[in-house]
Amino acid sequence: MEIKKLASAGTMESSDAYVEIEPAQGVCVTLESVVGQQFGEAITAVVKEVLQDLGVENAKVRVVDRGALECVIRARVETAVVRGKGE
Amino acid sequence: MRRSMLFLPGNNPNMLINGNCLGADAVIFDLEDAVAPDQKDAARILVRNTMRYMDFRGCEIIVRINSIDTPYWKADVDEILPYTPGLILLPKTSCAADVLEADAYITEVEEKLGLAQNTVGLMPLIETAMGVENAFAIASATKRVQALFLGAEDLTADLQCKRTKEGREIEYARTRLVVAARAAGVAVYDTPFTDVNDDEGIVTDAALAKALGFTGKASISPRHVEVINSVFSPTQKDVDYAYEVMDAIALAKKQGKGAISLHGKMIDAPIVTRAQQTIAMAEALGMERGM
Repeated sequence: MEIKKLASAGTMESSDAYVEIEPAQGVCVTLESVVGQQFGEAITAVVKEVLQDLGVENAKVRVVDRGALECVIRARVETAVVRGKGE
Repeated sequence: MRRSMLFLPGNNPNMLINGNCLGADAVIFDLEDAVAPDQKDAARILVRNTMRYMDFRGCEIIVRINSIDTPYWKADVDEILPYTPGLILLPKTSCAADVLEADAYITEVEEKLGLAQNTVGLMPLIETAMGVENAFAIASATKRVQALFLGAEDLTADLQCKRTKEGREIEYARTRLVVAARAAGVAVYDTPFTDVNDDEGIVTDAALAKALGFTGKASISPRHVEVINSVFSPTQKDVDYAYEVMDAIALAKKQGKGAISLHGKMIDAPIVTRAQQTIAMAEALGMERGM
């Protein structure tokens, strides 16, 4: 799946995550999270897994996590991808 | 058992993920009015993931999809059906044809997923004057319909009257829906009481709904759940009386008597039916017979 444009999903509210995605070469994930020190690697791995499951091989993704559960992060990344493919 | 049903906005993770610990018998994940048009896609995916990954045991999940006159409702069904919600709440249902249209598509998706037909029930939301007038036809349109649900906010707008706490403007709709639902053999749920801060008003409103014959009541606030559960639960006195009725019936049968009385009152078939319903509910709630 090709990311064609800058897109975002989610909010900065508690228990949510804000995700921005844009076209890039390869996959690059940056994360800001209040629990980054403890769970940063796990969150980044989840983001990459969602991208892989959706067939995204080239994208720059920025995630601002506000204490979101994994299912929320997965939902917000998926929504951003769907919006970024621009159909 | 659905005494209380709590609406939760479909694009609010904080409320969705905590939905199972707010005391409601059922939660309604709302993809319709609580979600802005440009967030329908996000809410649909978030609700689907919540159903997929979160444990809601002991709390039934109902999803209010968008109405069939919108471009969203089929995508809503596609996303949520694999995770088999207890019911789909179908807004703005005004006639049997609305139910049949939704039923046909849900059946199609159930077939694709390998689910048995009618795995997921339908609860038409009656919130138009036309819907009230067609209530029985809606309730009996297909076997998928398991309940009717009264939505008073949109209804009063359609009736061109003011929505009040006393609710006189919805008296006819309430009684009409109860009769229609009971005639069709389905459950019936009352509209939420929308003043979140009126602790006395919710008690009065829930008690009225119970007295009219509603099965349970919806809420837009977790604060109202406990009151609704309490109003729609049998009291210990109710439970004890129900057991006494059943004992009296058993004794009469043993003695070969046709007619029996308890505390000077004739016990007839409706009283027995009510006693059976009370005992079934008491058992579901873990209530035991008192001494």
